[in-house]
Amino acid sequence: MAERSFAKEVQHLRIGAGQEFRGEGILAITKALLECGVGYVGGYQGAPVSHLIDVLSDAEDILNDLGVHFEANASEAAAAAMLAGSVNYPIRGAVTFKGPVGANVAADALANLSSGGVMGGAMVILGEDYGEGSSIMQERTHAFATKSQLWLLDPRPNLPSIVKAVRDGFELSEASNTPVILQVRIRACHVYGSFTARDNQRPPVTVRDALEDPRRRTERITLPPFTYRHEVEKVAERMPAASRFIEERQLNERFGGDGEIGIIVQGGMYNGVIRALQRLELADAYGESDIPLYVLNVTYPLVDTEVLAFCSGKRAVLVVEEGQPAYIEDAIAALLFRHQASCALVGKGPLPMAGEYTGTVLMDGVTAFLREHADDLLPHVHRVTNGQAAESVDPELERTVPIRPPGFCTGCPERPIFAATKLVEENLGPHHIAGDIGCHLFSILPPFEIGSTTMGYGLGPASAAALSAKGARRSISFIGDGGLWHNGLTSSIGNAVYNESDNVIVVVDNFYSAATGGQDVPSSRADNTSRSTHHPIADAVRGLGVRWVREVDRTYDVNRLKNLLTEALTTEETGPKVIIASSECMLNKQRRERPLRNDAIKSGARVVVPRFGVDEDVCTGDHACMRLSGCPSLSVKTLDDPLRDDPVAAIDESCVGCGNCGEVADAAVLCPSFHRVDVVHNPRPWDRFASRVSNLCIGSLQHWRDRRRLVFEERG
Amino acid sequence: MNKPDIIKIAILAVGGQGGGVLTGWIVALAEANGWRVQSTAVAGVAQRTGATIYYLELCPMGPRAPVLALAPAAGDVDILIAAELMEAGRAVLRGFVTPDRTTLIASTHRIHAVSEKIVPGDGQAPEERIFAAMERSAKHLIAEDFQRIAVQAGSVISASLFGALARSEVLPFPRRSFVDVVRSSGRSAEASFRAFEAALTDDRQEGEVAATGQLPPAGPESLVAAWAALEARVSALPDPVQQMATTGLRHVVDFQDLSYGEEYLDRLDRFVAIDEGPFDLSVTAAKYLANAMVYDDVVRVADLKTRRARFARVREDMRLGTGDVAHITEFMHPRIEEACGTLPAPLGAWIEARPRLARWLDRRINKGRKVRTSGLFWFAALYVVAGLKRWRRSTYRHRIEIRHLDDWMDLAITTAAEDRALAAEVLACRRLIKGYSDTRTRGESKFNAVLQALPLLKDRSDAADVLRRLREAALQDEHGNALEAELKAFASAAAAS
Repeated sequence: MAERSFAKEVQHLRIGAGQEFRGEGILAITKALLECGVGYVGGYQGAPVSHLIDVLSDAEDILNDLGVHFEANASEAAAAAMLAGSVNYPIRGAVTFKGPVGANVAADALANLSSGGVMGGAMVILGEDYGEGSSIMQERTHAFATKSQLWLLDPRPNLPSIVKAVRDGFELSEASNTPVILQVRIRACHVYGSFTARDNQRPPVTVRDALEDPRRRTERITLPPFTYRHEVEKVAERMPAASRFIEERQLNERFGGDGEIGIIVQGGMYNGVIRALQRLELADAYGESDIPLYVLNVTYPLVDTEVLAFCSGKRAVLVVEEGQPAYIEDAIAALLFRHQASCALVGKGPLPMAGEYTGTVLMDGVTAFLREHADDLLPHVHRVTNGQAAESVDPELERTVPIRPPGFCTGCPERPIFAATKLVEENLGPHHIAGDIGCHLFSILPPFEIGSTTMGYGLGPASAAALSAKGARRSISFIGDGGLWHNGLTSSIGNAVYNESDNVIVVVDNFYSAATGGQDVPSSRADNTSRSTHHPIADAVRGLGVRWVREVDRTYDVNRLKNLLTEALTTEETGPKVIIASSECMLNKQRRERPLRNDAIKSGARVVVPRFGVDEDVCTGDHACMRLSGCPSLSVKTLDDPLRDDPVAAIDESCVGCGNCGEVADAAVLCPSFHRVDVVHNPRPWDRFASRVSNLCIGSLQHWRDRRRLVFEERG
Repeated sequence: MNKPDIIKIAILAVGGQGGGVLTGWIVALAEANGWRVQSTAVAGVAQRTGATIYYLELCPMGPRAPVLALAPAAGDVDILIAAELMEAGRAVLRGFVTPDRTTLIASTHRIHAVSEKIVPGDGQAPEERIFAAMERSAKHLIAEDFQRIAVQAGSVISASLFGALARSEVLPFPRRSFVDVVRSSGRSAEASFRAFEAALTDDRQEGEVAATGQLPPAGPESLVAAWAALEARVSALPDPVQQMATTGLRHVVDFQDLSYGEEYLDRLDRFVAIDEGPFDLSVTAAKYLANAMVYDDVVRVADLKTRRARFARVREDMRLGTGDVAHITEFMHPRIEEACGTLPAPLGAWIEARPRLARWLDRRINKGRKVRTSGLFWFAALYVVAGLKRWRRSTYRHRIEIRHLDDWMDLAITTAAEDRALAAEVLACRRLIKGYSDTRTRGESKFNAVLQALPLLKDRSDAADVLRRLREAALQDEHGNALEAELKAFASAAAAS
């Protein structure tokens, strides 16, 4: 079960023509796919399109009603390969994944798909994870479009434009026999807005029809001699067809007047540019402006004639293109040069080469451009608030506000795995440790600081392959259950078995693809009505030939993990040592169990709820426990005691009683200040009786002692 | 130009605080009033306990859709809601709070960042700078502990912040609509409404804002009388020393008995005798002598864990009523060191001098033990251990502690003959010794490392300053890397001069 349920929202997907659809960007895209008569959909989760997979999963009934096949693919490569369904059949297909990491994984299939071309519209809905909040390397997916020749749509970030881009994208794909990428940035995926719906369409040809009437076209297969023809066809036929379509259907938009300067902007950057112009009082709330704007809702291919027409007669043109390299700006520069145009081209310069184009960056960039090339338009620039903020910021403030990167959640079952690793390293010395992709990569940050590299999803153990020598200190690599099923089983486990690696692999199994929002994976332990789960990881790795496999089904058992890691690092046994450390993702567990528990308490059932606490007078304020935890619920508290210099540990009400504190205090021999309190809700008569008896005895013992000594108490 | 007003709202929160819920409520509020609204967030792993931003733009419904931005820009935010104090600081830092327009609604409670928690010393970011920055940057400021308001109402912070938003009256919507939104917010609507309502006003019922302070000790008359005699000794001390000496004395007597308190005052007297106004050395001595004399042995832990006040505090922390049933489980991990420490000094020393025997015994003792002190059996066991107090002075641990204490005191007294400020710093190094087992060992080695620099400081006018710097460095990280660097820098500087 995914972290977030869209069961309610997906009902909006049924609405018909003329009705107003309200919701998030991804929900709108799903609706648009149905309106376009898509025949099959698939994808692999990852921010910012995780919810698209969740929406599709939750909408399975609706998809079935329409005869649309949905596949929760094993990886982006699998998703992209699925688009082969549109090669020989006039069926529209769409898959989704994040970019550019998803595109990296999918590159093989995407290149093959693009080479032979498609008959039915084929679309990749790609969530571009760039800028603030991104968890991946900063790159652009644009390169994939140009290298494999897929058309790249980058619509203006409002729901009507995004929905229109889905419709246009399928038609463009079919008109040019080329797959397209619909690129949606992270904020646009989550933007809440509305658009006017159309009726959902059943696919004219369904996948069922195709299976009953299979077809093949040999010349579409990527094999010589056809590959050479594909290459020619791409430039001689498909590219011109696409340019024609884009021009005729006016997929790119022109706004504003006919001034001597202009701005060429990626569709996705449009709102930010308009906001800058609004603040400069050069545009109104609706984006009406005298400044000519050419909005590239299709950023590849560029339509040469449109670009040249826009630039002709202009003194200077600003290209607003987020990220680097500046593919669009460079292409326009080459085009202008080839046509000996006199217009000055500005882009990277006033605008930064790298980094997200935030409101502030665009404001500064557009202002700088106008100041240089159209100063007369800027009478009020000094009156705008921009810049004021920066002046008043206290430089001390910057040193004061701590950075707050994402980390393990309260009660996360992965925390004790890394606490155990840290303790083992204290005994056996430091080891080379390879990380993977997933929540477990938060181990690289304080307090654990475990892991030296991360090379890609499911590639943790593979990335430790070079550092392998018989008899030497072993390396440890981590891999999540998500990464394992994505790619890791072959690339990491199989690789280690085949190469007779002696190293240690820890599979962090939290029952879900947790970092992307808790989607099920084959080893998930939940019963999923439409997917096959309950496939044990241990069976899979044994099947690949791993002989040394150990399973821990409660990761909070720090001592056991410590012992297993020590054994794995020191055993004489050859071949990879695989420890499968399994406990359910606490975020998902709480979401599932807390409402049930609350209901049970309300209905009068006996429920025991654990929570941890710290005895502040036993705690010495050394914070050793926090250096082995980092749990949000375990924090520091300053006592009102002049004898104390340092704050003590304290556990707040968000504690879920996972047990990590107590286990770590034991395993690391920390201090005896932790205690667990098990609150018994709706106690039974026996509970009450036993409790009353022991309280009575304890009370009298305490009283006896208090009468024989001085008791010091504080007021308040 | 046509220019409907766009209201821009940014919410800065820590992942897991429910910023999404608050965003959803504002959307519902705006739509219920016929406004157009756009909201965005950066979701994904960024939300896992990290700093996150939600952003909304609101404008009156018109015939055309305005162009709205997807992210806040510096100097262009009307309402900034920060769900935690440092996030409010971050908002100011990023320029989202400007005096010309921004209403800042900030919860003043702290969710400490990992970097603040893992420092062996005090790593907490100074709060006053944030308060100053908020005052300076906001046009209108509503700063309160909205977390506490929410918790007291049995709800979460999104509800109290929504109440604060209503209270600010910056949005042109009637309070009635705010209420409607909260009322229809699903299964926890009742609690949400309580938190919402509590946040509507700054008129806090603080209950009895009790004066904090020390109550005179209670106990048998003979002991109270003896205590009065000790208090009389404290009254004879110079004024500036008295307060700390009283606190220290209470701590020490509470740990052992009145005669131990007498020992404490005897030791303190040695410092007072060589000190003069403003008596900084004596105050420091009063503090750290008490800390040193109150060491954490098994007896003390058992004593603290079995006290009446402790049981009351646990129940209060868990918000338990008198009839509620709860069990307390302790996590103990005794080692041979602790066992030996509790034995009579000769026996303890004898065992420790025999490593093979000690190891053999350790294998039997050294084990994590989860014991239920709310049950009679383990309570009684700990109660008995706490009762060993009367023999504490003869234990091995006591001998070790007092020797260490005396050496350290002598060092401070000798140092004071030349440099009183330096002697105070020597005493303050006691702060480095804390924790249990390995943590304590590390603390002791830092303590030794810092004090070993003492001979190098002879005749230096900045000696106290240098020692203080070394101590502060020792408190920066677990393994003493900062201390090592500081020591190296100091040694090479000393060699050069």
